[in-house]
Amino acid sequence: MQQFLTTALTGLTLGMVYAAFALALVLIWRSTRIVNFAQAPMAMITTYVALALIDAGFSYWIGFAAALLSGLVLGAVIERVVIRPVEGKAHINAVILTLGLFIVIHALAAVIFGSRYRSFPAPFGLQGFQAGDVTIALTGFGIFTIVSVLVVMLLLVALFRYTDLGLMMRASAFNQEVARLLGVKVSRMLTLGWALAALVGSLSGLLIAGGSLVHPSYMDSVVVYGFVAAVLGGLDSPAGAVVGGFLLGVSLSFVSGYVGSELVALASLVILMLVLLLRPGGLFSHAAERRV
Amino acid sequence: MKRWTRKTTLVTSVVTVGALVAACGAGGSREEDSGDGGASDVGITESSIKIGAHFPLTGVAAPGYSEIPTGMEAYFDYVNANGGVHGRKIELVVRDDGYNPTNTSQVTNELVLKDEIFAMVGGLGTPTHAAVVDFLNAEKVPDLFVSSGSIQWGDAPEEKPYTFGWQPDYEIEGKIIGQYIAENMPDAKVGLFLQDDDLGVDSEKGVRQYLDDQIVAVERYTSGNTDVAPQIAALKAKGADLVLAFNTPSYTALSQLISMKLNYKPKWFYSNIGSDPMLVGSLLSKFSEGAVEGASPLDGVLTTEYIAGVDSPDDPWVQLWQKAWDEHGGKGELTNYRVYGMAKAYTFVQALMAAGPDPTRDGIVEAVEQMGPVPGPELAPFRFSEDSHMGISGMQVVELKGGASDPLTPVLVTDTGDAPIEEDNSGAADDAPPASGIPEVEPAG
Amino acid sequence: MSVATRVPAPLAKALGRISSSTLLRHLLFALFGLVIVILVLESTDQFRNAQFASMAYLGIAAGGLTVLTGLNGQLSLGHGAFMAIGAYTTALFFQDSEPPLPVVGVLIVATVVTLIVGAAVGVAAARLHGPYIAGATLALAVAVPGIALFFSDTLGGEQGLNVLVPDIPDWFANVVFFITANEVSTSKYIGYIGWLCLLATFVLLANLSRSRVGRVWRAVRDDEVAAEIAGINLGRARVLAFVVSAACAGLAGAVMAMAVRITAPSGFSLTLSLTLLTAVVLGGLGSLLGALIGAALLTFLPQVVTGVGHDAGLSDLQAAELAPLVYGLTMVLVILLAPAGIVGSIRGAWRRRKESA
Repeated sequence: MQQFLTTALTGLTLGMVYAAFALALVLIWRSTRIVNFAQAPMAMITTYVALALIDAGFSYWIGFAAALLSGLVLGAVIERVVIRPVEGKAHINAVILTLGLFIVIHALAAVIFGSRYRSFPAPFGLQGFQAGDVTIALTGFGIFTIVSVLVVMLLLVALFRYTDLGLMMRASAFNQEVARLLGVKVSRMLTLGWALAALVGSLSGLLIAGGSLVHPSYMDSVVVYGFVAAVLGGLDSPAGAVVGGFLLGVSLSFVSGYVGSELVALASLVILMLVLLLRPGGLFSHAAERRV
Repeated sequence: MKRWTRKTTLVTSVVTVGALVAACGAGGSREEDSGDGGASDVGITESSIKIGAHFPLTGVAAPGYSEIPTGMEAYFDYVNANGGVHGRKIELVVRDDGYNPTNTSQVTNELVLKDEIFAMVGGLGTPTHAAVVDFLNAEKVPDLFVSSGSIQWGDAPEEKPYTFGWQPDYEIEGKIIGQYIAENMPDAKVGLFLQDDDLGVDSEKGVRQYLDDQIVAVERYTSGNTDVAPQIAALKAKGADLVLAFNTPSYTALSQLISMKLNYKPKWFYSNIGSDPMLVGSLLSKFSEGAVEGASPLDGVLTTEYIAGVDSPDDPWVQLWQKAWDEHGGKGELTNYRVYGMAKAYTFVQALMAAGPDPTRDGIVEAVEQMGPVPGPELAPFRFSEDSHMGISGMQVVELKGGASDPLTPVLVTDTGDAPIEEDNSGAADDAPPASGIPEVEPAG
Repeated sequence: MSVATRVPAPLAKALGRISSSTLLRHLLFALFGLVIVILVLESTDQFRNAQFASMAYLGIAAGGLTVLTGLNGQLSLGHGAFMAIGAYTTALFFQDSEPPLPVVGVLIVATVVTLIVGAAVGVAAARLHGPYIAGATLALAVAVPGIALFFSDTLGGEQGLNVLVPDIPDWFANVVFFITANEVSTSKYIGYIGWLCLLATFVLLANLSRSRVGRVWRAVRDDEVAAEIAGINLGRARVLAFVVSAACAGLAGAVMAMAVRITAPSGFSLTLSLTLLTAVVLGGLGSLLGALIGAALLTFLPQVVTGVGHDAGLSDLQAAELAPLVYGLTMVLVILLAPAGIVGSIRGAWRRRKESA
């Protein structure tokens, strides 16, 4: 019973992080139809920025804000400078481009910040709660993780549904030409999409890092799990990303706890293949399939 | 592929056939550089001797271990500043393998074939060095004083004649701590937290000799996978109130962290390789933003010791290391890992002296076997002989308090297998370095 | 000036046959390559021999990948996983000093095992497009090393399996001595094995590429709808391409196991799959020569770049990271500025020059 509870709670916290990352992937997919494989090292490098500030003596929250801000800027810059030329062209070019960025940002982080394993602080405590005989393996930081992801998701929903800006972004994603004709500055919307996505990605990077060891490769496996979560929920659906992240996190936690932590990646592959073969649009899909 | 004309085809065929014909029986005047062991002049000149090793300068095992080569270099610089050994300066080439056995294979290739080292001294890691030990022996490169406690470096000198251990092996560490627990805590429910390779296998073997019926749980982790929550949760679920952990320092920090999260508070024993209070303390205090300060989370933790550390500044050996570090060290303070490096470097200098004024690869191997007891920083004597290449023969059990270690037993010595555990009376714990700080060893044999 | 007037008639006829038959042409080219290989391997030291062996197995894997991605348009990020399968199969055979099969047999078995797994994966992948297949193969690359860890009793766990390369067979040493009067060291032996495999693989791939199969693959890549209308079975073509490239990766993994002398999960990280992709993109998608150039760059460039880094004052570790930075940047620049890669761009320039001349 105790192990079940612990595993479930670990899965919940982890699932929220995957949800955040999946959300970032979905935002970029919706705006530019590209899967940003470089999202992981982008999040990693913003976490290193936070770590540098924390090392220099600033508080955790300053580092936190700096990471989110640098994520915003990084996303915007990458979209304008690197991705713009391949938007709308063959898929394969964009994928290879993001993979190239993956390698570059990885190496840059190692050169600038070093490859050592560093510990990363976690506010709100790392002690679990005790309720009588049962240990609740939820730390203060874990609660913060869950809350912050939910808050961000709600903010994004509010943005897309209730603001003009959100409407313009959705229009640009839906049909660039028509949106342009209606006076929407499409290119700016695309940049904004990437910037917001990178911000969400940075959040997930910070949440994973808290109370754990940070090194240039620490986000690499998240890109796989985030992608699976996004596909699980449907690449077009932000709500799907969160649900997908949650489901994936809990399932993988159970695999890790009851079967073996080595098979977690294989489990995610199996889940991915099941979704792609049985319901390719994801759980929340509403786009028609393309059949020839 | 461009369209080939007949002309192109003709030219290509002629060149090919001609080359083949000309090559038949063509004498290569180059002497093939086969791995001939008698090549005594590899890596050694009149004025210098080049040695090398692989260390994890990056990766999950780097915290702590990456400092060891800095200690070795500092002591070698100290010796070089005083004239070197038989007039030769010692040059150490260090290559990073990231605690990744595939990389170890590649950097060892570089060290042996490209850098052409005379010997490997202190290659670090059980899974990593296991990848290259056969290669080193096949190429007849002396593989001295491996930085790992696996028994495979010393218990089969017929198979690995060029390889020697240095520190006490994990099996005797397991035996010594096992016996201590069996005598002092016979009711404890013991859990094991092991790295999933020979480090874990050897330690478990030693522990089970004394604690077999007290063990209630055995959990293993894979180095590189930092999620150890399932293992700690399982230890807690099976009711272990004393955990014997044989792991690298990062995993000491991680296991402490996860135990806090799960509210699990057993008595901990950490193997010597993972228990440096300064390092673990700094990792832990960072995690919790300073809420977990310094070395106090490790208070009450049991571990073992076989050389004096920086918490004994009055020890004559530690004073020598401090002097060498102040004069020749790089950035930072003297730490226990640097002390480890210096102690190993000291042993190597002794071996080099024992090999005489014209060392050869085979010669230095024989010299180590015949060296016999020599004064050194180790608390118990080496077991080097023709029949055994095992390292230091014993250690003491200590308890950590405020960052310093409080001895609970005298120096105990034993050997692998059924050998009994006895108090050491060789005096190895009470010796001191010569005034110059440089060993005085006669050429052996 | 016609060759025919200066060369006796039967030879001219033979030349004519060779230059117009794809297979014979490729075989001749391979023979020429073999001569170059012998010359290079014999005149360099052991360390370089080991590096050339590295280049060989990277080249084999890159060749398979360039055919899959360049000719058939399926982007696979998981070829590191196939290399792992080939490598582990080989390692399992080479646990004793007296292996049950000779080297050639082990290589064939490793290739076949990988081929079968590749078929299974290929069937699943054939239904996926664009980023989906990239993501799925990425997941594969991350998942396969975990399997080796799970079955740690047979597969050695994190420590991996040491590979005992069997002794060099006498007949081989004799042949080499006959041709070059040199002894064969283990590093050189592996170099020969790697390059012989590479030449054989490339002949096969080049033939496939210029045959009907190759044309079918290109058709599927360029326009699915038109291809299906023309009667091509999309799924079968895709699976075949996947199987061929997976088999190449398996063979490459087998050679790698012998060259590195250890197979451990850490050797098949995500980095390996991304490295293969880099090699293929730099050289030019779809070009075997490009795959070879990419493999050469990846084997030899890191040392050059690290040396430059050292001279510029970077620390050891920073200089070591400079190499991936350089080829990552190059990959980005290539896609943005010269998507056809080195070989493609040169060929394009050559063609434009010929047309305008």
